[in-house]
Amino acid sequence: MTSFLRSREAILAAAILALLVLISSRFPAFVEPGNLARVFTDTSPLILLALGQTVVILTRCIDLSVAANLALTGMVCAMLNAAYPGVPVAVILILALGMGAVMGMINGLMVWKLKIPPIVVTLGTMTIYRGLIFVLSGGAWVNAHEMSAAFTGFPRVDILGLPVLAWIAILVTGLFFLGIARTPLGRAFYAVGGNPHAAVYTGIDVGRTQFMAFTISGMLAGLTGYLWVARYSVAYVDIAGGFELEVVAACVIGGISIAGGAGTILGTLLGALFLGIVKNALPVVDISPFWQLAISGTAIIVAVAFNSRSGRSKGRIILKRAEGHA
Amino acid sequence: MTDIADHQQAPRRIPDRLQGPGARLLKSWELLLFLVAVAIFTANSFASPYFLNAWNLSDATFNFTEKAMIAFAMALLIIAGEIDLSVASIIALCSTAMGAAVQYGAGTPELVLIGLVTGLACGAFNAVLVTKMGLPSIVVTIGTMSLFRGISYIVLGDGAYRGYPAEFAYFGQGYVFWVISFEFVLFALLAVLYYVLLHRTNFGRMVYAIGNNATAASFSGIRVARVKFILFLLTGLMSGIAAICLTSRLGSTRPSIAFGWELEVVTMVVLGGVSILGGSGSIPGVVIAAFVMGLVTFGLGLLNVPGIVMSIFIGLLLIGVIALPRLWAMWRH
Repeated sequence: MTSFLRSREAILAAAILALLVLISSRFPAFVEPGNLARVFTDTSPLILLALGQTVVILTRCIDLSVAANLALTGMVCAMLNAAYPGVPVAVILILALGMGAVMGMINGLMVWKLKIPPIVVTLGTMTIYRGLIFVLSGGAWVNAHEMSAAFTGFPRVDILGLPVLAWIAILVTGLFFLGIARTPLGRAFYAVGGNPHAAVYTGIDVGRTQFMAFTISGMLAGLTGYLWVARYSVAYVDIAGGFELEVVAACVIGGISIAGGAGTILGTLLGALFLGIVKNALPVVDISPFWQLAISGTAIIVAVAFNSRSGRSKGRIILKRAEGHA
Repeated sequence: MTDIADHQQAPRRIPDRLQGPGARLLKSWELLLFLVAVAIFTANSFASPYFLNAWNLSDATFNFTEKAMIAFAMALLIIAGEIDLSVASIIALCSTAMGAAVQYGAGTPELVLIGLVTGLACGAFNAVLVTKMGLPSIVVTIGTMSLFRGISYIVLGDGAYRGYPAEFAYFGQGYVFWVISFEFVLFALLAVLYYVLLHRTNFGRMVYAIGNNATAASFSGIRVARVKFILFLLTGLMSGIAAICLTSRLGSTRPSIAFGWELEVVTMVVLGGVSILGGSGSIPGVVIAAFVMGLVTFGLGLLNVPGIVMSIFIGLLLIGVIALPRLWAMWRH
């Protein structure tokens, strides 16, 4: 328990609590359960993507293509729904998961088999996936009136006071908590990131583990793609533009070491919530939303400076030896 | 037999060309890239009757000159094993600072000075965080990328600065001689300067040494932190210069100026044969890559291909030029 109190998760949780207290002292309405639930729901897409990004970063990689993957999958789902309104949501969910996973696999295969540095691969696929949206849609928007009620309604269906979108985020977070601690793959993510050489000697295929991480990240991006488009009832080329950096930011603030092998699911969750609360609180406390970018930038720098102090000797950067020597 | 040959070959590898199994192919990287450039040039001149026109070609250079200026400094930084993703945001902040100064009646010399100093200050900020505090540059510069542009957004919101003095327009719109623009001359001059710096000075050798093995470099008496500090300063300075050119060319400043350029600059550097893992690369490679990217975007533009579709080509080019030699090497084994 004392070790938890000194951990960065505890400090981050305390920072979030302090933030909430500070806001509530002037604007008590912000911390009402109903509003907090709304903030959580609004942060759910970020949580989902950040969880996927976490396992990628744990294996010393980075996935900059998640936002483009999200947007492409979202557009395909929206266009499918506009063309065939009868297709059930379950099919669309499977399609979104599958499409996202395939895009993640493409990243993963290039990292695994061709040993191309992850930052180069995902920089490339980021522009390719984003460009494909334009090729598919011709630059046109898919608007609310073209989507079926079932399609747009699904993420908003209310279960026990929370919309499905929030429940999915909770469910996936739970799966990650279990998966990362209780499955061989979950432990392999840490092993690969912590010491790729040692991982090889213990029989872990470094490349394959990184491939799995990219697949998971892609799958979640795809799922979020459908949920995003359905929630906002619109799909166009630029949706979630630049979101990949917010996702990486959530991980970094949550204490995921960019050098790989260090960090927790709880940390990522808190990192995402921190950004989500800041984003939602700004308009409430009457600060121009234009401050948000600078605030999250400062938060990233403070967080990484703080992380490096609490966890020394984790200083190898992701660019240098990202693919290990397997 | 081949094993023995490999072993004999290994010690003779020059450190800055050390690239594993693809070494031989990579040695001719600039040649390969040059052939790609020639092919694109030829294809373009067949595809569009408007391509082979001095003024059109001159216009095309504006597609890459500003980005290439940053790419030179970025190449050195990446060779040294670091990266700066905040360059586009530095442009935004420099441009905002210059725009704000205009409102107080600053003249052209003051504007240039403000642009350069702001760029240097941003570079120094990154440098301190990376070299003094020992933080990973990729995270630091993702942070400062948000911070610098964030400051621009705080200052400008959804507004814009205009009203730059008439002489200020020369940097981005002026021509030195016939179709040769000021920007192109500056680009060529900087290319030569960076070529000399990287390939003909001690400093350049230090950059390679650090990128190949920072610990060994440190034990050889190279002040690693200081070299990296200078490289971040240079990258900031080049972003300041690019900001002056771009602001002058556009004649206005919005906080979204140069959005997404950091990725194009990195793409240009990697396309130019600089290893993202550090330790190898050359300035001629980056110069040719700049032309390739400029020609692709301009040629496709003449064919009415929308910008976002061009980015697919750039993305494919980036992955393709790196993947193909590796596929080739795999296929041979």
